[in-house]
Amino acid sequence: MNSIRKFFIELFQYPSAAIGMIFIIGLIIFSIYVVIALPYNEAISLWRGDENTWYKTPRTAQPKWVNWFRQEDLPETFSFNSADQQDTKTEEFSNGTNKILISFPFEYNSELFPQEVSLYFKSQYTAKQPFVNVKLITPDGRTINLNSFSIGRTYTYRLSQDQKLQRKFFGISPEKGIFVDPTVNADSLELLKAVPGTYELIVEGVAFEEGSSLDAELIVYGHVYGWAGTDHRRRDISIALMWGAPVALTFGLLSALGTTITTMIIAAVGTWYGGWIDEVIQRITEVNLILPFLSILIMIGTFYSKSLWVMLIAVIALSIFGGAIKGFRAIFLQIKEAPYVEAARAYGASNWRIIMQYLVPRIVPLLIPQLVILIPANVFLEASLNIINLGDPVLPTWGKLIQNGVGNGALTQGYYYWVLEPAFVLLLTGLSFAMVGFSMDRIFNPRLRGV
Amino acid sequence: MTDTNREVLLSIDDLHVWFELRRFGFGHAGYVKAVDGVTFNLHYGETIAIVGESGCGKTSLMKTILGLNTPTRGKIMFEDKNVGELTGEALRDYRSKIGYVQQDPFGALAPFMNVQRILEEPLVINGIKDPAERERRVRKVMEEVKLTPADDFLHKFPHMLSGGQQQRIVIARAIILEPKLVVADEPVSMLDASVRVEILKLLRGLQEKYRLAVIYITHDLSTVRYFSERVFVMYAGNVVEKAPVTSLVHTPRHPYTVALMDATSDPDADNALRYRELPGGEPPSLVNPPSGCRFHPRCPKRIENLCEVEEPQEFQVDEHLVACWLYK
Repeated sequence: MNSIRKFFIELFQYPSAAIGMIFIIGLIIFSIYVVIALPYNEAISLWRGDENTWYKTPRTAQPKWVNWFRQEDLPETFSFNSADQQDTKTEEFSNGTNKILISFPFEYNSELFPQEVSLYFKSQYTAKQPFVNVKLITPDGRTINLNSFSIGRTYTYRLSQDQKLQRKFFGISPEKGIFVDPTVNADSLELLKAVPGTYELIVEGVAFEEGSSLDAELIVYGHVYGWAGTDHRRRDISIALMWGAPVALTFGLLSALGTTITTMIIAAVGTWYGGWIDEVIQRITEVNLILPFLSILIMIGTFYSKSLWVMLIAVIALSIFGGAIKGFRAIFLQIKEAPYVEAARAYGASNWRIIMQYLVPRIVPLLIPQLVILIPANVFLEASLNIINLGDPVLPTWGKLIQNGVGNGALTQGYYYWVLEPAFVLLLTGLSFAMVGFSMDRIFNPRLRGV
Repeated sequence: MTDTNREVLLSIDDLHVWFELRRFGFGHAGYVKAVDGVTFNLHYGETIAIVGESGCGKTSLMKTILGLNTPTRGKIMFEDKNVGELTGEALRDYRSKIGYVQQDPFGALAPFMNVQRILEEPLVINGIKDPAERERRVRKVMEEVKLTPADDFLHKFPHMLSGGQQQRIVIARAIILEPKLVVADEPVSMLDASVRVEILKLLRGLQEKYRLAVIYITHDLSTVRYFSERVFVMYAGNVVEKAPVTSLVHTPRHPYTVALMDATSDPDADNALRYRELPGGEPPSLVNPPSGCRFHPRCPKRIENLCEVEEPQEFQVDEHLVACWLYK
């Protein structure tokens, strides 16, 4: 215990190690929190969810914090639902028809336009579909008739896609048109500004049956969402950012542990027994070293499975007989000749006991820094696999985010956050492990200290 | 001095230990004849010393006795068991009956184990599962080697101990399994002159107390008289002279023994002024040893047409057995 304490005191002499350690511990706590707060099944169903799950969020919205750096805040998304807010709805039954009036008064305080405006209807009836007329009252008192239609049990009215309205607004897309002051002449579309004030969207519904009902939900989509933004499928990027942490750590740690420990034991066995066992191990290593690592992974991904666990096993299997075996062997050859090993043989220690209790403990100090440095390497490998389209199809990961972003024009259309956020957390993870690893290396291998 | 009536513990008969030399990893390129025809008996409670210069095969002989090397030819009988044929459980049992004291005490102790663990290892390996029993035996053996109080040492690591203390731990480890034979390979050559005598006396005391047989291997004749009864002189894989220690020291017979005795330094002020006659030449190659008597190229008393042709047998001279044509 004392030596472990001493090691940590020594480690924290290096500021970089201290910072790295804090980040690693933070990352681990965060991962545990994520797994508890957003369980796997929930995260997966959210991430794989379609428009029905994500209809409330804007498409490719920037994170909220971009407003800190802007003079003019980008509008946020807001919504009203008549089913939740009963005071917005009045019903009047007469002459066999049920007149329903839904009114959504809302403050619009930005000069920038929303991204989209949509109305989602739900109704209950037996035979006759209810009929709906939608209009908007602007702050200056104008009434704009938007559209009227009969609705089924569910109906979505996407105002932004209403061609008739667009013509009415002389080609300006409707979600802009409804907020524009028609008296202001603008030379180009970019100069158009929304008029701030209190708007009121009114839905006049007529249901033709007793007991039938009608509810509407108005969503005005903004340009910012959450702390991480959304992607092209309206999904909240923060889910992938959060779940990326435990996935990356697990992959990095398991593959690093799996490879280094098995490699070390194989090297120890080969060195100890020598002879043909050693020869076989050496030849396998040499063959394995010239095998194209990435190409094999691509083949496995293409023809077999892209599952993270299959990839993990493939990475471990291909790295076991890696270059590290040669390094370990060189050290074991030295330790093997130590008099204390000979003494152990003389008092009857079995081969396995000598390997595990006499050879391996000597190499652990060399192993730990290597292990710590290997973790971020494998985290990056996992991300790279995602980028070349070999990522796990189910799991939301950092690499997956980058790949999605690049694949959907993040870099050409200015959705920089989509790529930069996962890249940043990847870098942070890699950097913290590397900083701790290099410092450990200096402590365990004092010869490097002067460098 | 040798009590021939005592029962034989270890009997070595025409032992050859050859190591194959390989070319390119598989081609045969001859043998290193490290031990080439050694025969002797060791009785219960007897101490013998094997002396000889570096590379004469003493260490190979010792490792073969310990079961670390396999004999190429010849037999090692230990209590009527052929050591060369032992495997598995029987080999471990045999090894537990032999203690091994090494030359470099620091190297002989695993640097990552504390004293308690070091001393417990042989017990664990030889099936003593009860930790209390192990601790009792560890404490007992530490008392034997005079590392007291044991609590001061049990949790220390080898690098925290002095050379003498380290060697005591090595000795403690060698005797913890209550062996019948202890092989000590130059146990004091790496120690300060001040602790050498102490360690030798300790070994001697243990040998007498437990009636241990000891094979004491050294290149330093000045320490031999501390506790051996018989001395074997080895040269190039052969034993060239076997004699009781006092007789060998006073009247060495074999020319090589004479040369060795001459080379031994005594703390005598006159030595500073005296020039010593030493045999010229290098120790012979063990791959292609000289024909006939292996010492003949360096021998001052060489008999032409005999020594280089035929290998001498052992001749009895007084209490000595000498392999030299001079005593035919």
